[in-house]
Amino acid sequence: MKLAKLAGAAALGVTAMAGSAMADGETVCLITKTDTNPFFVKMKEGATAKAEELGMTLKAFAGKVDGDHETQVQAIETCILDGAKGILLTASDTSSIVPAVKQARDAGVLVIALDTPLEPIDSADATFATDNFLAGLLIGQWAKATLGDAANDAKIATLDLAVSQPTVDVLRNQGFLQGFGVDLADPNVIGDEDDPRLVGSDVTAGNEEGGRRAMENLLAKDPTINVVHTINEPAAAGAYEALKAIGRENDVLIVSVDGGCPGVQNVADGVIGATSQQYPLLMASLGVEAVKKWADEGVKPENTPGKDFFDTGVALVTDKPAEGVESISVKEGMDLCWG
Amino acid sequence: MSDTSRRSDDFEAAAKGSPEQIAEFDDHHRGFVGTVQHFLHVNPSLVPLIVLVAAIVIFGVLLGSKFFSPFALTLILQQVQIVGIVAAAQSLVILTAGIDLSVGAIMVMSSVVMGQFTFRYGLPPSVAIICGLFVGTAIGAVNGYLVSRIKLPPFIVTLGMWQIVLAANFLYSQNETIRSQEIEEHASILQLFGAKFNVGGAVFTVGVIFMLVLILVLSYALRHTAWGRHVYAVGDDPEAAELSGVNVHRTLMSVYMLSGLICAFAGWALIGRIGSVSPTSGQLANIESITAVVIGGISLFGGRGSILGSLFGALIVGVFTLGLRLLGADAQWTFLLIGILIIAAVAVDQWIRKVAA
Repeated sequence: MKLAKLAGAAALGVTAMAGSAMADGETVCLITKTDTNPFFVKMKEGATAKAEELGMTLKAFAGKVDGDHETQVQAIETCILDGAKGILLTASDTSSIVPAVKQARDAGVLVIALDTPLEPIDSADATFATDNFLAGLLIGQWAKATLGDAANDAKIATLDLAVSQPTVDVLRNQGFLQGFGVDLADPNVIGDEDDPRLVGSDVTAGNEEGGRRAMENLLAKDPTINVVHTINEPAAAGAYEALKAIGRENDVLIVSVDGGCPGVQNVADGVIGATSQQYPLLMASLGVEAVKKWADEGVKPENTPGKDFFDTGVALVTDKPAEGVESISVKEGMDLCWG
Repeated sequence: MSDTSRRSDDFEAAAKGSPEQIAEFDDHHRGFVGTVQHFLHVNPSLVPLIVLVAAIVIFGVLLGSKFFSPFALTLILQQVQIVGIVAAAQSLVILTAGIDLSVGAIMVMSSVVMGQFTFRYGLPPSVAIICGLFVGTAIGAVNGYLVSRIKLPPFIVTLGMWQIVLAANFLYSQNETIRSQEIEEHASILQLFGAKFNVGGAVFTVGVIFMLVLILVLSYALRHTAWGRHVYAVGDDPEAAELSGVNVHRTLMSVYMLSGLICAFAGWALIGRIGSVSPTSGQLANIESITAVVIGGISLFGGRGSILGSLFGALIVGVFTLGLRLLGADAQWTFLLIGILIIAAVAVDQWIRKVAA
């Protein structure tokens, strides 16, 4: 009896909450990998502001940790149930999420992948992302140009994200290698290249701790490493600590991708040589606009000509511009940074 | 009538022909396996030590001087220092038949407090460090109180505390990373544990020394002080311990508070290791520390095992990780082998248990 009352009260509470949320405008869902990473925090900020401006209701969901696929599927189901017009999704598991996404699309929900393309990329209605391959390509070209002739006998280490090789990881890594002039073998796989300049790669989980450990492991393999590609700036900061520990922080070139404020500051301080900056706020606000357009006019967003996704832009940030590689200054990067 | 009396006189007849020896401990006929079993029972950290030495020898043979050098071997120490320190805290709790799932969260929270108190409120770094150590101890005290006074299972208490502390960590820090350069410039004492010195090619850090000293001190305290005996007694059988005059509540409180304090020190060491204060670090430290403890031969059922074993357990993981990476193996092989080791360690523990002390 008591239990029944309690359940009744809880149900009432839930209905009341749902009711108040439904009160204003169409609903758009934002599902990110975590709500602790500054990149996604910025994304949520951009989406919230744009939704408010357009009179929509934003509901934000996130996995508990990076890679938490289950919670993301739950979030998609919740959004379908909630009658959302669109879902902006940063998938943790780019291929396993596809059936859940299909379910949403079948229910008439517009699904836009933000930042991380799904596998296959057309599983979503659209993808708003940084061109991660281009981001990698830019830092690769910059590193090659900066080293000049020394690039021919460079010793390269790549600090990647995870053993599962998520798309974003592969694109940045392979972009970098191509920019540096390494033959890619299969461009969808990290680690199958046979260029003698490549010392090896290790995974970092995209944080400082992992960056340091991975760098140490690779330095143990070959202490003469002089070019390091890092998947993101926290990993780069960790790698720098490992290099500092053996006194090589000044003669190793570190390049990275992201464009977060601490990362751009690290470029200013010479910790990182150059970084490719991406724009999460823009991705999210454009995503919300696209959902609005879908809700009002039934029009789906289109791709950037020549690409299979909508490119939200990328810029190389460095104070040491290299010939033939377009870049912006650290000051400009600072104005656009996030986190 | 006469029949029965005759029979009753004949009681001993039934025992005729049976061995005339009386019950005794069969110490001398244990056989080789039994002797090994007994020896391992008396020296619980011996199994992980053997595995550790074997792993070092195997990787040494396979990789030569690249692996078997003072530099590489001390690098392993540096890589396991955080897990090693946290595993010391975890060992104490597990010896009392508890488990602490909140160790990693306490560690990160403490490091964030140290960093933010310095940079957000402008406190002198040394004061901020004391605040961080205090926060760690206080969280441990709450764990201890809930376990020993409210009698909640440690697994549940620390499962909840893990989430609470981690969430508080993210809310409080606003996910802000404090960069290495800032810390170096304004509060270098926060990076104290990262300071390193060279001994003939071997590179030690303050953090590594701290880990080794901590384990030795705790090892001594557990073996040779009344407090140590109380910890084992509480883990073995709290009721019996209570009846024999051990203050179970005080012992548990001391263990959980000490665990919190050690985790806070691990947070300080973490800043030294990664340079910056990053709220996203160390989220798997609870699992990694339990792994080290289990491979190190401390029984999850409490009251058995040596803290030295946890250090060996952490080192085994470190040796496998570096060794396999140097061999160029996929990182998944490390996880696979660690998984086998965990199960093997518990199997060996069960086998050793079969022998009487």
